[in-house]
Amino acid sequence: MSQNLGTSPDEVQFRFRDDEPVDHGTVTVDSALEQTNAAAVRIEPGDDARALLPFLDRLALIEVNFPGFGDGRGYSAARILREAGYAGELRAVGDVLIDQLSHMRRCGFDSFAPDKRLDEEDAARAFATWENVYQRAADARRTIPEKRHEA
Amino acid sequence: MYRYDSYDQAMVDARVAEFRDQARRRLEGKLTEDQFKPLRLMNGLYLQLHAYMLRVAIPYGTLDARQMEMLADIADKYDRGYGHFTTRQNIQYNWIKLEDCADALADLATVEMHAIQTSGNCIRNISSDHFAGAAADEVVDPRPYAELMRQWSSFHPEFTYLPRKFKIAVIASEKDRAAMRLHDIGVRIVKNDAGEVGAQFYAGGGMGRTPMIAPLIRDFVPIDQFITYAEACLRVYNRYGRRDNKYKARIKILVHELGAGEYIRQVEEEFAHLLSVGVEPPTAELERIKAHFELPEPLRLPGQGAGTPLPSGGAAESGAPGQARGGAFDQWVKRNTHPHRHPEYVSAVISLKPAGGIPGDATSDQMRVVARLAREYSFDELRVMHTQNLLLPHVAITDLPAVYAALDEAGLGAANMDTIEDIIACPGLDYCSLANARSIPLAQRISERFAQTGRTSQVGELKLKISGCINACGHHHAGHIGILGVDKKGVENYQLSLGGSEAEDVALAKITGPGFDEDGVIAAVEKVTDVYLASRTAGERFLDTYRRIGMEPFKEALYG
Repeated sequence: MSQNLGTSPDEVQFRFRDDEPVDHGTVTVDSALEQTNAAAVRIEPGDDARALLPFLDRLALIEVNFPGFGDGRGYSAARILREAGYAGELRAVGDVLIDQLSHMRRCGFDSFAPDKRLDEEDAARAFATWENVYQRAADARRTIPEKRHEA
Repeated sequence: MYRYDSYDQAMVDARVAEFRDQARRRLEGKLTEDQFKPLRLMNGLYLQLHAYMLRVAIPYGTLDARQMEMLADIADKYDRGYGHFTTRQNIQYNWIKLEDCADALADLATVEMHAIQTSGNCIRNISSDHFAGAAADEVVDPRPYAELMRQWSSFHPEFTYLPRKFKIAVIASEKDRAAMRLHDIGVRIVKNDAGEVGAQFYAGGGMGRTPMIAPLIRDFVPIDQFITYAEACLRVYNRYGRRDNKYKARIKILVHELGAGEYIRQVEEEFAHLLSVGVEPPTAELERIKAHFELPEPLRLPGQGAGTPLPSGGAAESGAPGQARGGAFDQWVKRNTHPHRHPEYVSAVISLKPAGGIPGDATSDQMRVVARLAREYSFDELRVMHTQNLLLPHVAITDLPAVYAALDEAGLGAANMDTIEDIIACPGLDYCSLANARSIPLAQRISERFAQTGRTSQVGELKLKISGCINACGHHHAGHIGILGVDKKGVENYQLSLGGSEAEDVALAKITGPGFDEDGVIAAVEKVTDVYLASRTAGERFLDTYRRIGMEPFKEALYG
């Protein structure tokens, strides 16, 4: 398997974590199932994120690739991993655009390595688009319905 | 009806600001047209043949007079003085300029309206029974459940880049007036034997080039798990719906290819998981929403005889003494009113199908007349019907003559609900870049012809639906008579089909045989009604006769 599959820490444009980024080989989901020492794995749109659930403890970085921004399977993959308790870095890579950032963040992504670097100011605005949210997701935000009925 | 609180208002305002910023980045070249397209679509901006079209959401088809007046103002300010009401209870403006769009959205936001998710591969505006809250036969008002879904589906972070568009309808009666089983998800709110409210789910219906009727996937979802179950349905679709071919990307193909049983199994597994995660809004939220839909005081206690259809003599007797009334009024009351849960009220259909007119179009002046009538006679409430008509849901029977007189004066008095003149038609080649043939002129000629020959009332209920291409926006698969426009070597050609229904007796229409040119298909529709008139037994609708005698006699008349 290719050793150069993943993104390196310098390709990461936005990161919402304090720990040191992982900087070694990223493998495919199939390889991760065989290689018990892999700590970084990359999910492609057709991969089943649930295949990784038995190994979450040993993973420090999961990249979710968006080869095209219109393919939304990675959003479900991210939430599924967070719902299963994955606490490591979850990185959106590939065709990641400004207007997807806030939704990706809500689905549990905490780092972003877009193919093309994004305008910092536009991105900052995009991350802050929604002061409130309607539905539960992978973030811990209290939803509008919850706020409406706070005791 | 539902009113925004400060949270709802802030969400809509934030969306306007976001769209303004997106449009700026597009103009600055930071977004390519490919990147901008899904963003503008999710704000209702769609590129047609001649111009941008803006589709404004009317959640579950309910709006008030103030909102209708704003729709009229927008038609005057940013468009050409009219709008088009759609089969999903929205309104479309056909001549919007890109640079005006953010301003139009900002105007809409001042009256609690928006164009959020009215296009694009996301969960679209939730539709419902146009008689919701008024109909005598419903278990509960379905709109609070639709509103709960509206909020859940708005800016849903996981479901914004689905394989394809996703349409949901919510009803709460055995009768289906919302084409529920022809939606990606159809929900019927029901009560179980213990009297508890729950939701029956159907999934995988749709029209388009591969029409399918949604199978039942769960008989009863407890109402405090309603959103969780919907989320499970969507997640399975988002993960496994086809993305290799946009024509096979709707959920109907997934359900069909997996088989309903396997789709159900996957949904149930995901549902069990999501129940453990906890995504359901607090139950108090549904109660809060329900309070917004309480009927106005005078309508609350249905007395004896609630919901009995108006006796034809009774309608003629209605109104203040001395008011003029005549045959046309009687005809209108008979055709265009629907039983209300309160015996002294009816729901009154405002036909947007004048003979020879464009189905679903209304001028800004007409919108203002309708708004005034809603304020004066219908507790400030209006509905958009999936049949591309409007509705005053709560009209006192004694007010009917005044309502009719005002409608008639505004050119809105056509007495033709559910008749062959009440045609559903897509915009067709007059507006749409996907169309192969024109739909509107055909609808105009057919309604004019049947009105002139006086055959409309003779034929009675007959739902005619016209699509200008196989995408089926005109619901031709679900027409008692359906017409599909195709391109045959550069010439418009029309295929005729019979026997469809979007109602509780849902069925897909079958093609009669070779297609016709424009004149030919009009003659063919007349021949088909000849066969019906000659063959019907007492009380039989066109559809009933077709089901009894089958396709052959019609084929014989058309091609024999």
